[in-house]
Amino acid sequence: MAPPDPPLLELRDVTRQLPEGAVLVRDVTLVFRRGEFVAVTGPSGSGKSSLLYLLGLLDRPSAGHVLLEGRDTARLSTNELAALRLQKLGFVFQFHFLLPEFSALDNVEIPIRRLGRLKGAAVRDRAMALLAALGLGDAARKLPEQLSGGMRQRAAIARALANDPALILADEPTGNLDTANAAAVFDIFERLAREEGRTVIVVTHDPDLAKRATRRIHLVDGRIVSDSG
Amino acid sequence: MFLMFDIARGMLARRRRQTLVSVSGVALGVAFFIAIVALMRGFQTYFVDQIIDVAPHITIKDETRIPAPQAAELLHPGAAVAISGVKPRDRIRGIRAAGDKVAMLEAMEGVAAAPVLQGQALMRYGSRDVSAVVTGIDPARHIRVSNIEKDMTAGRLDDLRRTANGIIIGEGLGQRLGIGMGDTLTVISPQGVVLSMQVAGMFRTGIQTVDQGHAFALLKVNQVLQDRPNVVNQILVRLADVTQAEPMARLIESRFGDRAESWEEQSANVLTVFVIQNAITYSVTGAILLVAAFGIYNVISTVVFEKTRDIAIMKSLGFTEGDIQLLFLVQGLVAGLLGAILGSVLGALMIEALAQIRFATSTPSGANGFIMDRNWRIYAAACFFALMAAGIASVIPARRASRLDPVQVVRGAA
Ligand SMILES: Nc1ncnc2c1ncn2[C@@H]1O[C@H](COP(=O)(O)OP(=O)(O)OP(=O)(O)O)[C@@H](O)[C@H]1O
Ligand SMILES: [Mg+2]
Repeated sequence: MAPPDPPLLELRDVTRQLPEGAVLVRDVTLVFRRGEFVAVTGPSGSGKSSLLYLLGLLDRPSAGHVLLEGRDTARLSTNELAALRLQKLGFVFQFHFLLPEFSALDNVEIPIRRLGRLKGAAVRDRAMALLAALGLGDAARKLPEQLSGGMRQRAAIARALANDPALILADEPTGNLDTANAAAVFDIFERLAREEGRTVIVVTHDPDLAKRATRRIHLVDGRIVSDSG
Repeated sequence: MFLMFDIARGMLARRRRQTLVSVSGVALGVAFFIAIVALMRGFQTYFVDQIIDVAPHITIKDETRIPAPQAAELLHPGAAVAISGVKPRDRIRGIRAAGDKVAMLEAMEGVAAAPVLQGQALMRYGSRDVSAVVTGIDPARHIRVSNIEKDMTAGRLDDLRRTANGIIIGEGLGQRLGIGMGDTLTVISPQGVVLSMQVAGMFRTGIQTVDQGHAFALLKVNQVLQDRPNVVNQILVRLADVTQAEPMARLIESRFGDRAESWEEQSANVLTVFVIQNAITYSVTGAILLVAAFGIYNVISTVVFEKTRDIAIMKSLGFTEGDIQLLFLVQGLVAGLLGAILGSVLGALMIEALAQIRFATSTPSGANGFIMDRNWRIYAAACFFALMAAGIASVIPARRASRLDPVQVVRGAA
C-alpha cells in the first residue's frame, strides 16, 4: 500500500497571539488539498489576514504547527522559509505592490531570476507568457503607474505565478476593483485551481464572489465557525 | 547576484536628483582629499628632497651616544652609584682612526664616505664680523657625498686646491660680509688662529641657515685654523639608497661606537612638523569625507523609509534578509564609486589649477609655485576611503531594511 500523498498545506492547533496578549488566530486546524479554491470570509478584525500570513509562511504561530507538503516549518530558518515562499507560494494583496521603478515585465521577471532555474531568454519568455495569459501582452513594457487598477492587479497575479507555485494566497485582491474587474480576477483564480490544479486561498468580503469558491471558511474572533466545501 | 545590482540600478536611476546629491557630496570629498594631500605631500617631498640633496645621509660624529661608564660603576655593577662633578677628559676630540673607518665604509656596496673637520670661525671683512661654520673638506671625496658642487654659483669645489688658503662661502654669507669672488677676508678661530683667506667660490642651496652661515675650506687648512692637526671630527656618508640611512646609521654606530646620525634624526624637528601637518591634513579631509558619508547615510535611510512597501513585498516574494541588505549596500557603494570617479577627475583638475598659481616672490631655491605630488596612490587612497565610507554609511540603513517585518508593513498598508 502506497503511503497517502500528504496534503499541500496543513495547520494543526495553530494559535497566533501578540506579545501584548491579543489573540489573532485561535486553535485553528485546517487541511488544504491540491486544486482547492477556498474563500475565507469573516467580519473585519476577525483574523483573516493573520491566518493568511500564517498560511503563507510570512508569520510564525505562537503555538501549533504549519506543515507544507507534510513538512513541519517550525524549525526552518528565516532564509529557508523565504526559499519556500519563492518556490511554492504566490501572494496577491489588496494593493498591487508592484515595484514602481520597473515595468510589468520586469516585475514578473524578478522572482523568476531570483529563483534562478530559468536562464537568459527563457526568463523573458516565461514572464511574457504569464502576462499574455492574463491579457497583458501589450502592456508588458509599461510601468505600473501607466496601467489601470485591474491591469496592475493582473500583473501582480502574473508575478505571484512567476515560479509556478502550488499555492496562491490572496488578501482581498478585489478590494480596490470594480465589479467587472473583480469578476475577471475571480475567473483567473477559478481557472488556476480547476485547470492548473493549484490551491487558491482568497480572503474576501464579497459574498457573491465567495460563492464561486469550492470551499468557504468563515472566521469570527480568530476562530473557525464554519468550513463548508 | 546580478539581479540585486539590476534592481539597485533601477531604483537609483528613478531617483536621479537624490543620487546626484550623494554622488556630488562624495565627489567633492574625494576631490578635496586628492588636492590637499597632493599639495601637502608635494611640499613635503620637495622639502625632504632638498634636505637629502644638501645634507649627508649619515653623519658620523666624534661623540658617543651613551657616556663611557665611570670606574665606580664598573666596580659595583647593578649598585646605585652616585657620581657628581664628572667632566669630560680633556683629550683631543675627534674620530679615532678616521682614515681606516672611511676606508671600511668605502669598501661597502653603495656607500661613499668623506672625512671632514667642522668648526666655528669668525669671518671679518673690514668692520663686519660674521660667525660661521667652516667645514674642512677633501674636494675629491666630498663631491661624492654632497651635492654642494651642483649648488655652486661661482667657482668649483676643486678650486680650493688651486687657491692658497681658499674658502668657499654661501651667497648669503657673502652678502652679509659684503664680499664676492676673489676678495680676501680674515678668518679667526676660537683657538685664536688668524688666517687670511681668499674667496674661491660661492654657493646657494636655498636653505637660509646654510647659505648665510656656512663655508668650506680644505681639510688641511681648517685643521690649521682650528689648531687640530690631523683631526677629523665628522665622517659624512652618502648612500645609493637613501631609505637605508637609518638602519645603516645604527649598523655603523654599533660597529664603530661613534655616534652616527641619519638625515632623519638630524631633521627630526622638521619631520615632526610634517607629522603634525599630516595629522591636520588627514583630519580635515577625513571630516569632508565624513560629511559625504553622512550624505550617503541620509539618502539611503530616506530610500529605505520610502521603499518600506517594496522591501516588504520583496521579502514576501521570497527575497532573504541578505538580498535586501545587498540591495541597499549596492546603492550606497554605487553612489560612492560614482563619487570616487567623478572626484578623481575633479581632483586632477584642482591639482592642475593649483599648479598654475605663481607667487610674486620666488624662494631662493627657485620654486615660485605649489609643488604637487601627482602620485596615483593618493587617488587610490581617496577612492578607497570614499568606498569604505559609502559602505559603512549604507550598511546601517541596509541592515535596518533587511530586518523589516513584512507582515507589519503589509498590514499597515492594507
Ligand atoms: N500588530 C498588531 N498590533 C495590534 N493589533 C493587531 C496587530 N495585528 C493585528 N491586530 C488586530 O488583530 C485583529 C485581527 O487582524 P486581521 O488583520 O487579521 O483581521 P482581518 O480579518 O484581516 O480584518 P480586515 O477584514 O479588516 O482586514 C484586528 O482586530 C487587528 O486590529
Ligand atoms: Mg485583513
